[in-house]
Amino acid sequence: MSDLGHVLVLAGGLSAERAVSLRSGDRIRDALCDAGVEAVIADADAALIPAITADPPAAVFPAIHGACGEDGSIREVLALLDVPYVGSTASASRSAYDKPTAKAVLGAAGVCTPASVTLPRETFHDLGAGAVLERVVARLGLPLFIKPARGGSALGATRVLTEAELPNAMMGCFGYGDTALVEQYVSGTEVAVSVLDLGDGPQALPAVEIQPVGGGSYDYAARYTAGQTEFYTPARLPADVAAQVAGVAVTAHRVLGLRDLSRTDLIVSGDDVFFLEVNVAPGMTETSTLPMALAAAGLDLGVTCRELLLRAVARAGLPWR
Amino acid sequence: MPSEQPPPVGSAPSPSRLSPRPARVDPYLERYATRARGMVASEIRALFAVAARPEVVSLAGGMPYIPALPLDAVGEMAAQLVADRGAVALQYGSGQGDPGLREGICDVMALEGIRAHPDEIVVTVGSQQALDLLTRIFVDPGDVVLAEGPSYVGALGTFASYEASVVHVPMDDQGLIPAALAETISRLAAGGRRPKFLYTCPSFHNPAGVTLGRPRRAAVLDLCQRAGLPVVEDNPYGLLGFGGEPERALRADDPDGVIYLGTFSKTIAPGLRVGWALAPPGVRDKLVLAAESAVLCHSSLAQLMVREYLASQPWREQVKVFRELYRERRDAMLDALAASMPEGCRWTTPGGGFYVWLGLPAGVDAKAMLPRAIAGRVAYVPGTGFYAGGQGGDHLRLSYCFPEPSRIREGVRRLADVIAAEVDLRSTFGPSRYRPTLTVPPSSPVSSITYPTSSTSPISVTSSITSHTSLSSPTTSTSQEAAGPAGLVDPAGGVQNLPDAAAADPVP
Repeated sequence: MSDLGHVLVLAGGLSAERAVSLRSGDRIRDALCDAGVEAVIADADAALIPAITADPPAAVFPAIHGACGEDGSIREVLALLDVPYVGSTASASRSAYDKPTAKAVLGAAGVCTPASVTLPRETFHDLGAGAVLERVVARLGLPLFIKPARGGSALGATRVLTEAELPNAMMGCFGYGDTALVEQYVSGTEVAVSVLDLGDGPQALPAVEIQPVGGGSYDYAARYTAGQTEFYTPARLPADVAAQVAGVAVTAHRVLGLRDLSRTDLIVSGDDVFFLEVNVAPGMTETSTLPMALAAAGLDLGVTCRELLLRAVARAGLPWR
Repeated sequence: MPSEQPPPVGSAPSPSRLSPRPARVDPYLERYATRARGMVASEIRALFAVAARPEVVSLAGGMPYIPALPLDAVGEMAAQLVADRGAVALQYGSGQGDPGLREGICDVMALEGIRAHPDEIVVTVGSQQALDLLTRIFVDPGDVVLAEGPSYVGALGTFASYEASVVHVPMDDQGLIPAALAETISRLAAGGRRPKFLYTCPSFHNPAGVTLGRPRRAAVLDLCQRAGLPVVEDNPYGLLGFGGEPERALRADDPDGVIYLGTFSKTIAPGLRVGWALAPPGVRDKLVLAAESAVLCHSSLAQLMVREYLASQPWREQVKVFRELYRERRDAMLDALAASMPEGCRWTTPGGGFYVWLGLPAGVDAKAMLPRAIAGRVAYVPGTGFYAGGQGGDHLRLSYCFPEPSRIREGVRRLADVIAAEVDLRSTFGPSRYRPTLTVPPSSPVSSITYPTSSTSPISVTSSITSHTSLSSPTTSTSQEAAGPAGLVDPAGGVQNLPDAAAADPVP
């Protein structure tokens, strides 16, 4: 066992990404145990605060995806409990989790991101969906990509090729959140670039190229069914483009004030690199890209997670924690 | 913000350490059978992971209320059994099942009018395995199986795994419609297709909650006899009626034409996994061989526990306890539905069993609504799971067997809010400017097929508009038409494959 003491891996939550989170949490816990760390899983429920209070862990590794896990709320609670944790602060998580906010921040930093509009459900109700969508199409054209402004795992996300498909896409989106992000659809190579900071500043790991089998979309089934998607690590990109995607991911990590680790999803279209979104609690399942990138970089998942926990412990007490 | 200096852009490790080969994560990908293609991760399954949390009122899974069992007495019985007969209970057994248990099963079935000999029975791992074995010995890929529309999701999953083609036969509030069955058999015969069997759950149907009326039982048996069509009678809820005596089983009136499936999952406990098939000798022999091939033998311990339970515990009284408990919960659900459901909803009034089948206001899709329901902390099973061809989105199944009445009332209240919000959303994106394509349009054959010889209404018999008034005809009102056979009838009347059911979510 390491001298870290016992740690908690937070997994589960009540968002639609609960099942994914539980798989991520299991994998992190197992990897930590293999690395000699005494790690146990805890859910974000009414038992969490009493458990932490009764037996404070050395540190917490949040692996809850979606709301609660990535919107900053659980990290705010951990800060209230004075428990060191891996990953971004609550305020940085909030900015990153809200896709329109993250896009605006990245846009201001000079990064390309698909043109988009952000509209809450009430707007369609109050002003009339037909009139609003007509203007959206007039402004952005087709095809479009509809997704919840806050969420993950492609839940509620739909590519829209024709105007007639828009209402169902919007309703599907509003199943997972009250605000929709409507983006111009950019075709190209989808890549995920993880960023890791082990003390030498944020470093981009090898980009992972994502290619759903059969040319379909990278939807929930394609993400979490082994074999539904082919992953190329490193991505089959020219050296200058590979450097560019790495740069965008590091930029996203920096300008959003993220900490320890993040994963940025991008589209490479011709010579252009488009920022789509960034995740502060990246998936760690067997089909997730961050562990693939770690492996490609020659890094062990458990050892890396242990290093991140040690960093969290070391910075405990810093005023910005 | 961290104070580190910006790193060099593109600070990836040296590519020389990296593999350019694609990873598909699953090294067995090229080796799977074709039938495994539908076995993929699903959003619905992801949502059910949340439904299992106590914060969510789950009206989804049909879990029996095990705390009502005398667990102390069962525990003592089990301990004594192992102490006294452990050498047998923990040993291999026969493929047909323990003879003493099979005698006990005959006593249980006698309550439904069945006279059977223990030798006609094959013990199985729940009735689900009986269904699996039957399908294995009867169905080749592409063979037609008739099933009620809607049908038990677990049966559809089994049929899908053997690549059967399911043709749904519509139901109404009196269960399977004989005229529709006759028409379906004739239509298939005209196309040169002969179904392998009719799968039916005649009493307290899962998911519809309805019961095949007595006159219809005779009609269905007569039709099947004349067509030479075996009937597979799945009867897990037969002893859990809220009225007087149990319904007489179909098997009681046709020992040669009906293969009966029973289980102790609802009358004792599903964790025991003890069910059975009662079949004519030829079928029985093949079932035994198939069972031995599948599992060698069933759990001797579980079988002897059930045998001992039937011999030493007041099981008939315990069934009454279950009946009363489920009746109270059924009432709580029906009262809550009447009090809170928005206009346009309608639902069945089960006379037993675990389930209410709820029809949604026009245009509302149960599957699309599920994430909003989970966010609203209530869960149900979308109707699409109970059809082979993706129909049923306009219905959902509610189970009342497990939650306490107060939780049922809270769950229904939450569901009513979710449905109301969904209606509002649908009206926002309604067909005036943009026409939704997820839902079945009114002109679809789904709602236009009618069976004039049916004397009763389609399955949705209670509505928030009509205040529990049974609808007397499928065509008496606009709201009735909306509530009509949509979701109950195979729209093409045709042969369906099972993309949804193949990856069916594991709800009992």
